[in-house]
Amino acid sequence: MALNTALFGMLHEGDHVITTDFEHNSVLRPLHELERRGVIELDYVRADASGRLRMEELEGLFRPTTRAVVATHASNLTGAVTDVPELVRAAHGHGARFVLDASQTLGALPVGMDELGIDVLCFTGHKALMGPQGTGGLAVVPDLELAPLVHGGTGVKSADPFQPPSYPEHLEAGTMNAHGLAGLDAALEFLLELGVERVAEHDWKLRERFIQGVSSIPGLVVYGDRDGRGHTGVVALNLEGIDSSSLADRLACEYDIATRAGLHCAPRMHAALGTLERGAVRFSFGWYTTEDDIDAAISALQDIACDLGDAR
Amino acid sequence: MGRVRTERYVASFSSTFDAMEAERLCREAGVEGRIIPLPVEIDSECGMAWSMPHDEAVLAAFEASVAGHLVPEGIYALVL
Repeated sequence: MALNTALFGMLHEGDHVITTDFEHNSVLRPLHELERRGVIELDYVRADASGRLRMEELEGLFRPTTRAVVATHASNLTGAVTDVPELVRAAHGHGARFVLDASQTLGALPVGMDELGIDVLCFTGHKALMGPQGTGGLAVVPDLELAPLVHGGTGVKSADPFQPPSYPEHLEAGTMNAHGLAGLDAALEFLLELGVERVAEHDWKLRERFIQGVSSIPGLVVYGDRDGRGHTGVVALNLEGIDSSSLADRLACEYDIATRAGLHCAPRMHAALGTLERGAVRFSFGWYTTEDDIDAAISALQDIACDLGDAR
Repeated sequence: MGRVRTERYVASFSSTFDAMEAERLCREAGVEGRIIPLPVEIDSECGMAWSMPHDEAVLAAFEASVAGHLVPEGIYALVL
């Protein structure tokens, strides 16, 4: 909802937009729809087969009509963090706005909207922010006007035939999900007390432990660039001899380990990694994941790899 | 000791909602089976599917259970 509100609210006919191969469908589909309607033209910063964005191609994508650069803060598939400072610098250098999809990082990594120069920051509440599903939001710099996506009751200025100009009512209509937002508020209080830096360090250590543990498993491939600007606590992998859905199913049924198979709503990233047909299995680690959980996951993958090896 | 792969009937659906609805209908009717991640043999896209024994009586019970509620996108015989 936040990304739809931002993108449909700020983009106009004739605008050019640059996005990336890292994007989730939550960014891609609104942009594709705007492209299909003939409103915008779209270009991508491509990812290479190692899962690294080809930032060297960014400058060449700008046009005089480029209105926005829209990018996720991290790939939801490999966890690789995007070079936001460079994207912001380039966008502003060409008079364009920068829209950040922080759904993969808010609560998992420190994100400074002012410090990074982000014009619009969109997020979901149900990932590392630990809030309920169906919550989220966006923050917009004061000098950017967004046209409302939804129109309706606001509980104020009821005689006004149109959506009030004051925020947040300008972009909000209908009855709020108050229960969900109360849950998100409680989660934010918890996170602020805990400190996002601690979460980031925790997730990083677990990710490293996991990758180190699985790296010696024969036929196991971990996707993505291990260097770069850091990672969130997600790891995507495949195991030779078993497709991603079967591996996820075995992990769930035989080891009580929940993962996600398939394309993860990230078709362009899978295409870049060469896994569009096969999909991949994604492990996600968060504050409540323990080292024992990581070791159990490593052990489960070792078991399954061994089992597959015996069967061959 | 590895897991024994067996032939199964797998029903795919056009939405996760339909897959979960099929699960509910089958459980209510006592049809043997379970929800699984959508096998890549059907589609590499994300999603859920209903997996049941490769048995014509079970398949008939499944079809009777979902009839009038939803239409599977496809039914496949797969070794899982």
